[in-house]
Amino acid sequence: MTTETHTPNSRYEIPAWGGHVGVVAAAVTWWLVYRQLLPASEWMASLFPVQPGSHAASAIAFFLYDVPKVMMLLALIVFAMGVVRSFFSPEKTRAFLSGKREGAGNVMAAGLGVLTPFCSCSAVPLFIGFVSAGIPLGVTFSFLISAPMVNEVALVLLFGLVGWKVAITYLGFGLAIAIVAGFVIGKLRLEGWLQDWVQDIHGGTDAPLVIEGERLSMAARYRLGIDAVREILAKVWIWIILGIGVGALIHGYVPEDLMARIMGADAWWSVPAAVVVGIPMYTNAAGVIPIVEALLGKGAALGTVLAFMMSVIALSLPEMIILRQVLTLRLIAVFIGVVASGILSVGFLFNAIF
Amino acid sequence: MKHVKVYGPGCKRCEATEQMVKDAAARLGVEVDVEKVTDAKAIAIAGVISTPGIAVDGKLVHAGGLPDRLRLESWILA
Repeated sequence: MTTETHTPNSRYEIPAWGGHVGVVAAAVTWWLVYRQLLPASEWMASLFPVQPGSHAASAIAFFLYDVPKVMMLLALIVFAMGVVRSFFSPEKTRAFLSGKREGAGNVMAAGLGVLTPFCSCSAVPLFIGFVSAGIPLGVTFSFLISAPMVNEVALVLLFGLVGWKVAITYLGFGLAIAIVAGFVIGKLRLEGWLQDWVQDIHGGTDAPLVIEGERLSMAARYRLGIDAVREILAKVWIWIILGIGVGALIHGYVPEDLMARIMGADAWWSVPAAVVVGIPMYTNAAGVIPIVEALLGKGAALGTVLAFMMSVIALSLPEMIILRQVLTLRLIAVFIGVVASGILSVGFLFNAIF
Repeated sequence: MKHVKVYGPGCKRCEATEQMVKDAAARLGVEVDVEKVTDAKAIAIAGVISTPGIAVDGKLVHAGGLPDRLRLESWILA
């Protein structure tokens, strides 16, 4: 690593203060635009020749206000999380967790699952890397449950469309499920249910635990934040539009009492049904949450709806297929069973409380 | 002749990384032989836990996300 000299690269010609100034300017601009969203959307909505107060009018207002609002909130939070995540890496997380015991380890793994950059496409190498470094199976599961379930896209959409109380609740109970489910799986001592070849690696790899010297400048971290915003918005916008479209249909055409009857708090079977229906469904949070918001508006119970959401996001079939490479079917069944029980408990608890 | 391995199950970023390696080598005029490792087991055994990962002449230099262009060039030149 001696040749960090000549090759001009515009990214690194920005001095640190330039990056800070840019971020502050962007934040101020963001705030000014955000404050104008509501009046601007109302003005634009008034240009449409529709009856004020009609279904069409509320749908237009929703599109003109909620879509840009959610996109702006996403840009802000995804940028912040992108910068924060640049301080974390799966390698560091592994090194940190490798000496930890169950219990405290589960709590830390669930927390780090939120902060560590994670892509479900590297779930398998990550799983093996964790287990082979001596991280207990249950602690590894806490990480693998929390990483996809508690993500900033879900939280921002819940905050923007449903409200901050539901967002905080989702965060808290998502972490709780990751911690408890991981702890239970750990207590069951299922290491023998891994695929044989994984157990062989378990003995030890001589691979380095942390790759040396990846120190980034602050400007590079901002850059990573911007990359994250680009990537996530490009991936998510179509889902948001689709989700909001379906949500609008539910708002307009699903009879009020139907949802209350099917997904209301009185129908006890609705929580397990919501979990079962959610497993084969695979969409990201961006598509589910606008639908969730519409269902809530139609009298569906909060616990049932949360259970549905968690099941869709945390128990997805494609992820099971990826994990099938390292887990035996029995272990996958236990994993689904334990996580589903956690989600069920949250659903019932909520329907009982609220 | 440098031997570069790109580790990744075949996601978009892994392909982009492979292309970046080839481009960087072409820019620098260094002859490289790029091998893509897509098997999850082989990736794990190499010690890569976040993909895409890059190894140059058997030494793991990068894991997780797209590599930085400057650093990538320095790995190829080293």
